[in-house]
Amino acid sequence: MDNIAGTKSSLTWAVHISVAVLVFLWLFPTVGLLVSSFRTADQISTSGWWKAAFPSEQNLVLRTGAPSEQTQEGALYVIEGNLFVEDGTPKPDAKISVWGTSSRAIADYTAGDTADMGDDGRLTVLENGDYRLENDTEFQGRRGERVFVTATTPAEFTTENYENMLLDPTNREGMAKAFFNTLTVTIPATIIPILVAAFAAYALAWMDFPGRALLIAAVVGLLVVPLQLALIPLLKFHNEIGIGKGYLGAWMAHTGFGLPLAIYLLRNYMVGLPRDIIENAKVDGASDFQIFVKIILPLSFPALASFAIFQFLWTWNDLLVALVFLIDSTGETTVMTKQIVELLGTRGGNWEILATAAFVSISVPLVVFFAMQKYLVRGLLAGSVK
Amino acid sequence: MHPAIAGLLTIVIGVGGCIAYYYFSNQFLDKVLFPATKMGREERNSFRIRQALGFGLVLFFMLLVFLAVPMMPEVFSAIVYNKISVEMLVGGAFIYRVILSFTISVVFAFFFYVLLRNIGGDAGHNINRANMIRPWLFLMPALLALGLYLAYPVVETLRLSLTDRAAGGAFVGLDNYRQMASEPKFWEALQNNFLWLLIVPAFSTMFGLLAAQLTDKIGWGAIAKSLIFMPMAISFVGAAVIWKLVYDTRPIDQEQIGIMNAIYLSLGGAEPIQWLTIPFWNSILLMVVLIWIQTGFAMVILSAALRGIPEETVEAAIVDGAGPFQVFFKIKIPQIASTIVVVWTTITIVVLKVFDIVFAMTNGQWETQVLANYMYDKLFRANDWGVGSASAMVIMLLVSPILIWNVYNARKEMR
Repeated sequence: MDNIAGTKSSLTWAVHISVAVLVFLWLFPTVGLLVSSFRTADQISTSGWWKAAFPSEQNLVLRTGAPSEQTQEGALYVIEGNLFVEDGTPKPDAKISVWGTSSRAIADYTAGDTADMGDDGRLTVLENGDYRLENDTEFQGRRGERVFVTATTPAEFTTENYENMLLDPTNREGMAKAFFNTLTVTIPATIIPILVAAFAAYALAWMDFPGRALLIAAVVGLLVVPLQLALIPLLKFHNEIGIGKGYLGAWMAHTGFGLPLAIYLLRNYMVGLPRDIIENAKVDGASDFQIFVKIILPLSFPALASFAIFQFLWTWNDLLVALVFLIDSTGETTVMTKQIVELLGTRGGNWEILATAAFVSISVPLVVFFAMQKYLVRGLLAGSVK
Repeated sequence: MHPAIAGLLTIVIGVGGCIAYYYFSNQFLDKVLFPATKMGREERNSFRIRQALGFGLVLFFMLLVFLAVPMMPEVFSAIVYNKISVEMLVGGAFIYRVILSFTISVVFAFFFYVLLRNIGGDAGHNINRANMIRPWLFLMPALLALGLYLAYPVVETLRLSLTDRAAGGAFVGLDNYRQMASEPKFWEALQNNFLWLLIVPAFSTMFGLLAAQLTDKIGWGAIAKSLIFMPMAISFVGAAVIWKLVYDTRPIDQEQIGIMNAIYLSLGGAEPIQWLTIPFWNSILLMVVLIWIQTGFAMVILSAALRGIPEETVEAAIVDGAGPFQVFFKIKIPQIASTIVVVWTTITIVVLKVFDIVFAMTNGQWETQVLANYMYDKLFRANDWGVGSASAMVIMLLVSPILIWNVYNARKEMR
């Protein structure tokens, strides 16, 4: 079509730019979270993540060594070292521009200056953070002098947040347990509805019986019934039959809620399979069960994969069903979405924790998404009620 | 038991159980109930007697396992310690359970025989009968699950919305609805929901259409598409975190880490704004999250529809001198109008059920309440099942026009 006279318009560059802008807008927020999850709490709170790739100017509060480290040089008592090393985070590439000794005057001196603090001695801070604190009398007290520096630190990324959230077993806010809980909910809740739906879809597609059209219409109708309606009656039901809140209830709920889409998708696909194959198999004496297992199931693989991805994404990302049917008061069975909501409440400002937690939770769906996009698109096209 | 093992066990039991159900129910139908073999009267009778005996025997052993075997350890240890007595076997519960099992088996075997005595014999008839029943075997688990998890709750919620839990479930008529209508939060939620209904589907569809049309024409369109489509895979909760960072606010003397405030200040804003606390605009900002997620969906569907347009129509328009905009608005859009409606309604349904975004970002504060979150509030925080169910019914009511329309279309298509 492009080679028709008139279509190769001067708008081509505009199209390229608009798409680029659109993609940029759509990607920008997610990238922000990803970048933030690799930065330290200090970096996140002192500069926007979009500046992460550039050296950033930070205001830091550091301490000199404690009086216990002092040495005597002639008549002088001296404490020497590097401010960043004392802080526990050596920054060999950092450059201090200005500094001060009081929180009200953090820019009183430039690097290399010597501050006279009267009885507390004289402090010299160099650009790279080396300092020398000297005094005529012995230093007293337990802790070192506070130094307020404005330093330019180079771009720096760390995997510390992930180690903290995933690998540290003592971290009660960690995501490791929630991750496995989510996995435990997801896998049975994906596999079982597929099987149940496949048989039903075959019956609705290839078997003749009175009431078939009505059942198909009912499935289409149930497709849009809001989940919200089911919460109370089913919670009551689960309590009555003794399941209460737990994995079994969550699996059953996900199975029930996933079925209409599963049946609808699979039936639409199966109806399109060539009639000849099925009739030939029947003539050859195959039973319905054999036809289903040996012919229909293998041929329906694309549709099965589509639904599997849908159900996986939906159960992995679900919050409501987990809140209502799974998570009891002990919180042992918490899933990642719930954990993140809790962190949003308790650690609202700690973006290194939030960003990491959120990214742990969305990384698996993203991998599935990019790996199996073809099936997802196919499923979407078949599933939207036409 | 570790939940992961329980999960694996559930998969094995669930999948194995399903397969066993489908396999054995079909076997039962074909081999036992309606065997596809021709039999005379006598032959059929002896066939059914053998079946009834076999059935009774299987039933007897199954009942033994469930009723009597739990008693076995006692009997066994009595034998080992040589303390077995006649009373123990005859007078104890054990023998009664065995007798009970036996009696039940005999009764059922007899009924089995009486019921099936005159059925079967004609192979052709049998095959037809089996094929009448088979669809229901295939459908049964799905129908049970659908009925229990979707159909029954609709009725039950309707009933609950007319009763009062505090009064022991007494019927209270429309009191819950009246109480709900007197709460300003409900009207706020309803109003916000209508706002969501107007804005989200419109913008998602618009952006989706734009993206679909633009990416179709360029070489790197596939990559662009998958990047715009990507938010579909992200959970609402994850998206809430992502966008909370965008809307983040720091005090004026600190560096802004939320891009919205950073841009606002660099454009000359006096001081950072707490975006999510400004009524009306905060609802819009929450909608942005959903638009961001749903645009990819709209794009994928509409892109397929655009490709399905017959090229001749476009070519003819170009030959007649139509510009690109005219081609798009006058030739392409009318041809994909039905798909646009489908996308629109699908997103509408998502919007009606939207819960996680509001729950995670504002929890309905600062006048951002929506129906689904209002309902959750009522059900699980206020513990008011009546009003909660009533608000769920309101959501159902809003969904039902789309439901009816979908069913109508599906039926039309099948004919």
